[in-house]
Amino acid sequence: MLAASLLVASFVIFAALYLAPGNAVAALSGGRPLPPGSVRVLEQRYHLSAPFFAQYWYWLGNALHGNLGVSITLRENVSTLIASRIWTTAGLVLYASLIIVVLGVGAGIVSGLRPGRLDTSALVATAVSAAIPAFVAAIALILLFAVKLRWFPVLGNGTGLVSNARHFTLPAVALAFASLAIVARVTRAAVREAADRDHVLTAVSRGIPARYVIQRHIVRNAAIPITTITGITIASLIAVAAVVEVAFSLNGLGAYLVQAAQTKDIAVVQGISLVLVTAFVVVNLLVDVLYALLDPQVTLGAGPR
Amino acid sequence: MSAVPQAGEASIPARSLARLRATGPAGIASAVVLAVAVCAAVFGPLLAPYDPNLPNLPLAWVGPVGGHLLGYDFEGRDVASRLLAGAPTAMLGPLAVVMISVPVGTLLAVTAAWRRGASDAVISSGLNILFAFPGILLAVLAAAVFGAGLIAAVLALSVAYAPYVARVLRGAALKERAQPYVAALEVQGAPAASICARHLVPNIAPLIAAQATILFGYAMVDLAAISFLGLGVQPPAANWGVMIAENQTGLLEGYALPALSAGVCIVAVVIAVNILGERLFDQAQAARR
Amino acid sequence: MSDPAQGSTVEPTGSAASSALLDVAGLSVLLEADGAQRPALRDVSLTVRPGEAVGLVGESGAGKTMTAWAIGRLQPTAAQVQGTIRFDGTEVGRLTGQGLRAYRTQVAMIFQDPRAHINPVRRIGDFLTEALRINHKMPAAQARDRAVDMLAQVGIEDGARRMRQYPHQLSGGMLQRVMIAAALLTEPRLLLADEPTAALDVITQAEVMAILAGLRREFGLAMLFITHDLDLAAAICDRTIVMYAGQVVEVRASALLHTDPLHPYTAALAAARPDITQTAHRLPAIPGRPLSAFEAPLGECAFAPRCAHATEVCRTGLPGLVELDGGISRCARARELRGQLQAAHDA
Repeated sequence: MLAASLLVASFVIFAALYLAPGNAVAALSGGRPLPPGSVRVLEQRYHLSAPFFAQYWYWLGNALHGNLGVSITLRENVSTLIASRIWTTAGLVLYASLIIVVLGVGAGIVSGLRPGRLDTSALVATAVSAAIPAFVAAIALILLFAVKLRWFPVLGNGTGLVSNARHFTLPAVALAFASLAIVARVTRAAVREAADRDHVLTAVSRGIPARYVIQRHIVRNAAIPITTITGITIASLIAVAAVVEVAFSLNGLGAYLVQAAQTKDIAVVQGISLVLVTAFVVVNLLVDVLYALLDPQVTLGAGPR
Repeated sequence: MSAVPQAGEASIPARSLARLRATGPAGIASAVVLAVAVCAAVFGPLLAPYDPNLPNLPLAWVGPVGGHLLGYDFEGRDVASRLLAGAPTAMLGPLAVVMISVPVGTLLAVTAAWRRGASDAVISSGLNILFAFPGILLAVLAAAVFGAGLIAAVLALSVAYAPYVARVLRGAALKERAQPYVAALEVQGAPAASICARHLVPNIAPLIAAQATILFGYAMVDLAAISFLGLGVQPPAANWGVMIAENQTGLLEGYALPALSAGVCIVAVVIAVNILGERLFDQAQAARR
Repeated sequence: MSDPAQGSTVEPTGSAASSALLDVAGLSVLLEADGAQRPALRDVSLTVRPGEAVGLVGESGAGKTMTAWAIGRLQPTAAQVQGTIRFDGTEVGRLTGQGLRAYRTQVAMIFQDPRAHINPVRRIGDFLTEALRINHKMPAAQARDRAVDMLAQVGIEDGARRMRQYPHQLSGGMLQRVMIAAALLTEPRLLLADEPTAALDVITQAEVMAILAGLRREFGLAMLFITHDLDLAAAICDRTIVMYAGQVVEVRASALLHTDPLHPYTAALAAARPDITQTAHRLPAIPGRPLSAFEAPLGECAFAPRCAHATEVCRTGLPGLVELDGGISRCARARELRGQLQAAHDA
């Protein structure tokens, strides 16, 4: 199913070239005037004289071998350009994921284990933080922590691991911010629901200490919906990372994608889109695998749908 | 709870108002905020006290003074006027996304639910595949292909959201389809389209409304993000997302007001939409039990 | 096992039942509902001696499960508990920490719906050995062996294979046997069985009941057997306690329940069960519906509105407990009605 997703997605990405107004060459060159020699090169490289599906086939085959074409603006291999930026994006998404898991899931578990109903102020706080998109959070964070308090640097990647961590902290928080609330809420609901289950009563009736009951019967059971929401949230980070990268001038795939879109560097746009969609699909696949591992009633392939 | 009109049942506006009142103080407050935003969208450009588009560089970054409540932006334009001028695109964009994706999604959901079997399998698989495309990515792709602009972004987001709507509504439509009154109508010979249009859809209407409201919030955020990236509404046109991007440089010097006030506008509307949408959703769920 | 024919095996409540394993005196439980405190149990007293099987019978809402929960210290945290529960002389309500855990080892609960009461994401083996490994610090291999043995005792032969399976792979009847096995593994002295066969089909019910009754006798365990089925309780328990609206209304030797009941409600319950050997022209149902404790009026007999023998005296005050012929009744007219109550039951 996910492989089919990927295939269709790659096709859409490829076909986008042909949706553009004008002919393929014009799209590839982004409307720039080209010397005739270059036109011939483009025609050869992209097999433009071959039928449509054959072109798709060539393109896909090349992509699977790591050949994603050449950037029309930088005149370098797209794959090289991607490789140099992919760790920025990956690092950002991983850092943000860490924040979501530790803070979001952590807060959810802690508040879920405490009895009492969720009061209105907590619900409103959730609604507020969920409403703050990454780029708004970005400017607020820059203002507060970088300019006023000077705790973190404002822009750029930094060099070396510690410097990277410092540079990436505000962006990661901005990226994670809107998702924290929903993850915490769903986690809390899952923990509360798991705690109300009858089998928890059985464990208590046998004198199992609270610590073990929480670990083995509440959190372990709540892990299933928690994994699902966390996985979905992390997958969604992949796209929003672009916005954060632009806001903080990070040298990542997302920022480069936006740049390429603005300069109509189609090959780059296609290449990066393919990478991002693949990452998205892979994360979803991991969530499915985890789900099957956690829930013995589910076999891989059936999925939680 | 059939859509067949009962004697003495209140009209649709009256029922909607009653439903609104039932959402509690937070829901009502949100509705008020939204009403203000809608007014700003409709009348904003007319109400703007100063020209939102005329640059006046010597006044750049000047703080609140005189009749300029929010000061000037990076090009010396009155911020408050620009916010009002940006209200239409900020509100109409998401509205357009909702107006496209919700009917399309509803159509897909109802078709899949009504025909069940093979049609349902095909549609569901198709929808699952479309889920691989996050909205922003599709919008960036569209911008690269068709050129940056609001229309391309709106269409891209609509395509990305429709499967989400369809998935949420499909479950409800399936349940409704299984209700006895539907079978009764079928036996009486009513055509499928008529049953769906006059009974099935109106009965899941509260859920549709709740979903549309929540989706409006998502669309607003995504569109603002796309404009922020420079791929949506283009400067110098006024737009809240664009305003954040163009005034970001001022942050480093401590001139926060232009960017921040645009951010606050976005957040305020999205909060209102989220709260209202959530309350409506709870209502719809409760009514279905 | 004491001989029910002797008739005088019942200790009246309140007296120094020093040989009792479980001694519940004046148990009342109040629950918070709609802002007010409402009673779920009213002044419940009962005793269970070592090795004795006592049935606890009543309809829905009578308070049977709440009684079991209170004994097992499993009542909801918001519930207020009054009265005393003594186990082997120790007051249960005061136990904490290590003492409470030790108590829970000695009192094992068997729940009604095994599928809901066993964790679906953990293996059967984990469920069986959990208490042994964690509370008794038994090494895993040893715990596993004991579990396999116990599974054989409840009639599950390929125990080792079953231990590796998950709950959804076993039928309801097997799961209930697993539940019983788990309860017996910690070598308790008292079993609280809450309608253990209610969720099972009739044939499986009989099998599981046979296993439960057999093992109980073999290990010499005391048991409080909760059920809505009067005949079932009478079949395997020496004494039966009948509850209505959160109160104890009768305590009687099981054999005498049908022939010489002491409370109109018991007689009505017995009569309402159709007898397979006889043809009845009308099924004698009790008019009205069963009340739960917080619906019952405080100043009169709770059963009076539905009782065929109710008179003015029944409505003037809450009837107290009366001792008769070795049994107990909460009927205001118990002495008068003695001998007349089984009339409806006779053909």
